[in-house]
Amino acid sequence: MARSTTTRRKIITTAAAWTIGLLIFFPIYWTILTSFKTEAQAINDPPLFFFFDWTLENYAIVQERSAYMRFLWNSVIIAGGSTILGILIAVPAAWSMAFVPSVRTKDILLWMLSTKMLPAVGVLYPISLIFVQFNLLDTRIGLVVVLMLINLPIIVWMLYTYFREIPGEILEAARMDGATLREEIFYVLTPMAIPGIASTLLLNFILAWNEAFWTLNLTAAKAAPLTAFIASYSSPEGLFFAKLSAVSTMAIAPILILGWFSQKQLVRGLTFGAVK
Amino acid sequence: MATKASRSAARFMLAPAVVLLLGWMLVPLIMTLWFSFTKYLPLRGDSMERGLDWVGFDNYVRFVSSSAFWPSVQTTLIMVGGVLVITIVFGVLLAMLLDQPMWGQGIVRILVIAPFFVMPTVSALVWKNMLMDPVNGMFSHLWRFFGAEPVAWLQDASISSIILIASWQWLPFATLILLTAIQSLDSEQLEAAEIDGAPPLKRFGYIVLPHLGRAITIVILIQTIFLLSIFAEIFVTTGGAFGTRTLTYLIFQRVIDSQNIGLGSAGGVYAIILANIVAIFLMRIVGKNLDQ
Repeated sequence: MARSTTTRRKIITTAAAWTIGLLIFFPIYWTILTSFKTEAQAINDPPLFFFFDWTLENYAIVQERSAYMRFLWNSVIIAGGSTILGILIAVPAAWSMAFVPSVRTKDILLWMLSTKMLPAVGVLYPISLIFVQFNLLDTRIGLVVVLMLINLPIIVWMLYTYFREIPGEILEAARMDGATLREEIFYVLTPMAIPGIASTLLLNFILAWNEAFWTLNLTAAKAAPLTAFIASYSSPEGLFFAKLSAVSTMAIAPILILGWFSQKQLVRGLTFGAVK
Repeated sequence: MATKASRSAARFMLAPAVVLLLGWMLVPLIMTLWFSFTKYLPLRGDSMERGLDWVGFDNYVRFVSSSAFWPSVQTTLIMVGGVLVITIVFGVLLAMLLDQPMWGQGIVRILVIAPFFVMPTVSALVWKNMLMDPVNGMFSHLWRFFGAEPVAWLQDASISSIILIASWQWLPFATLILLTAIQSLDSEQLEAAEIDGAPPLKRFGYIVLPHLGRAITIVILIQTIFLLSIFAEIFVTTGGAFGTRTLTYLIFQRVIDSQNIGLGSAGGVYAIILANIVAIFLMRIVGKNLDQ
C-alpha cells in the first residue's frame, strides 16, 4: 500500500517535472531544430516538429557570409583572456585574505563586492572617453581589461570561499618543515586549490562570454564578439529564421556544454558564498 | 599564526587587486560626477580640453523634470517587480518539485537551468522572432490554431513581453539557489510535522518558507541589481520604443543617442545611488555570513 502510493507519487512528480522542464527548454530546442530547416520550412504553418528535410546549408551560408570564425575567435580571446588575467590577479589576493586575514579583510571583501554593483550605464561615457584616449575602442585588449575588472570581485570571492575551506594547519605544517612562502603556495596550496580555481575559471568564462553591455558598446567591426554579432541580426524581418537559429546555436552551444559542468559552482559564485 | 614577513607579503599580494578595483571604481565615478555638474555637448564642440561650463545642479533638475523620467521609473519598477514576482513564485514551486524523488532528475535539472547560459542577445532575438513574431512566430501559430487573432507582442504587450523574456532567463538562477537551500532543510522536521497531522499548506507556510527566507532575500537582492541594469534584452527587441524605456535605457539614450553627457551623467549618478541602496542590504547579509 505505502509502496504503491509512493510509486504513484513518483510517476506524477516525474511527469510534472519533465513537462515543465521541456517547456522551459523549448525555446532552445526550437532554435536548434530550426537551424536544420530551410527558410521556407522554418516559417511553415503548422510548425514542423520533426518531419522535414534536415539540412546543414544554414551553417554553411552563415560561415561564408559573415566571418563567423572571427567573432567566435574574438569571444574566445576576450572571455578566456579576461578570465585568466583575473585569476592571476585574484589568486594572490584571495590567498592573502584567506590565510593571513587582518582586521580589514572583511571590509575589503565587501568593498570589492560593492564595485560589482556599480551600474555600467552610469560610467559608460567616462569609460568610452578613456578608451578613445588610449586607442582601445574596438580592440580585444580593451575588452579583456574591462571584463576582467567587472568579474574580478566574483573571482576573488569565489577563490576566497574555496581557499577558506583548506585547513590552515596543513600550511603551518609545511612552514614548520621549512617550506618557503613560494614553495608553500606552489607545492602545498595550489594542488589543493585546483578544483576551486577550475570552477572559478569555468563560471567566469561563461559570465564573460555572455556579457552584453560593454561588448555591445565598446566594439564595432574588428573586436566584436558573438554577443555583438548576434545583435546585428536584430533588424531584418521575415525570411531568415533558419539562419538566425544557426547563428544562435553556434553562439550558445559551447557555453551550454560548459554550463552543465558548472551548475554547482553557479550557486556559490553568484551568491558570494551566502548560499552553499 | 602569521609572521610579520608573511603579513607584509600578504599585503603585497593583495595590492594589485585592490589598486585595480580602486582605479576602476574611482576614475570613471569621479568623471561621471564631474560631467554631471557641467554642460557637456560634444556635438556642439564642448570638450574636456577646452574646459566645461559649470552648471551646478541644472542637469539633476532637468533629468528629473524631463517628461521621459517618471515613465522610465515606472517602467523600471514594473519590469524589475514583475520579473522578481514570477521568478520567486515559480522558483519556489519548481525547487520544491525538483527536490522530490523522480526519474531522470539530473536531466530535468539541466533542462531547467539551460536558459541561464544563453547569452542575452540570443535569448532576446530568439524570443522576438521565433516565438513572438506576429506573423511567423510560434505564439502566432498557436493563436491561429485556436482561432484567435495573433498578437504583436513586442508592440502591444511590450513590457509584459520583456518581463517574460527576462523571467525565462532568471528563473533558472532563482530555482537553482532555492533548490540548494531546500536541500539543506532537515527532512525529519517535515516528517515529524506530517506525522503530527500538519496539512501540506501549513507545512509549507511554517517550515519550508521560513527556511527559504534567507535564500529568497538573496535572490531578490542579486536579481534586483542585475535587473536594474537590464540592457541587451531591450536593445535588440524594442530599442526602448513602445513604453519599454527603463531608467538604464533612458540614460543610455541621453549619453549615446543625444550625446548630452552632462544630462546623462546626472542620470547615471541617480542610477548609482539607486543601485547602492539595494547593494547595502545585500552586503549586510553577505557580511553576516562572513562572520560565521
